Amino acid sequence: MRIQCPICGSRDRREFYYKGDALALKRPAPDAGAEAWDDYVYLRDNPAGWHSELWQHEAGCGAWLVVERNITSHEIRKVTLAEDAT
Amino acid sequence: MVELIAKSACAGLLPLKIGGLLAAEKDLGVLTAIMPFIGQDKAASDMLKAVHGVTLPEAGRVIGDDDTRIIWFGRGQVLLAGPTPSTDLAQVAALSDQSDAWCCVELSGAGAVDVLARLVPIDLRASAFPKGHTARSMIGHMNGSVSCLGSDRFLMMVFRSMAGTLVHELAEAMETVVART
Ligand SMILES: [Zn+2]
Repeated sequence: MRIQCPICGSRDRREFYYKGDALALKRPAPDAGAEAWDDYVYLRDNPAGWHSELWQHEAGCGAWLVVERNITSHEIRKVTLAEDAT
Repeated sequence: MVELIAKSACAGLLPLKIGGLLAAEKDLGVLTAIMPFIGQDKAASDMLKAVHGVTLPEAGRVIGDDDTRIIWFGRGQVLLAGPTPSTDLAQVAALSDQSDAWCCVELSGAGAVDVLARLVPIDLRASAFPKGHTARSMIGHMNGSVSCLGSDRFLMMVFRSMAGTLVHELAEAMETVVART
């Protein structure tokens, strides 16, 4: 599996660190309420298909990336810098 | 006052000559990480040009020479190698002295690119990675920086604590390449 880093270009998967669902970028407001926070912290959709994920180019430029990856095929259709995705 | 003598990262480990290949420690001088503040890239580049004669390199590029070299070093970060940085730079960028933090090794000789092909998971052949190119990637299992300084001349940098591992990995790759030629 290779990931197209917007800064470094196409790189091997071993250079990247996987964080989790890119939902982490959509943090609720502190006063959003227990239901919103429960959803944010614990509840995830887990479709057998496209996921939007946070990866860090840890052994490369260090940038955090939002990677759209199909978890059944490992196909990647879009990579953006996390700073541009929020 | 006691005169302390600095011990380099690869003291006692290098140089290493195997076949026509040479791995030697490289003294890059003072190392300063420069991280321009948001929106200050142009100002930082202009100031670097004025005080050190080099501009801010774009991603994946290294410019300058052994006296003053500037290496792209990651997202929003470059490494100035050589001179003591002008304090004026602090107006436009965050600076951090990293002089003793890195182990810097130059690999040269015919087949140097074949040695690195065994260690670095990117294409370093001259067609893809000519002089003036640099990358942050892996060297063996270590995170590091690789730059092309010329034909069959590469600069490798890893964390200082990894010096012994770097020399070990390099020696093994150099021996294997030489044994096959
Ligand atoms: Zn990158």
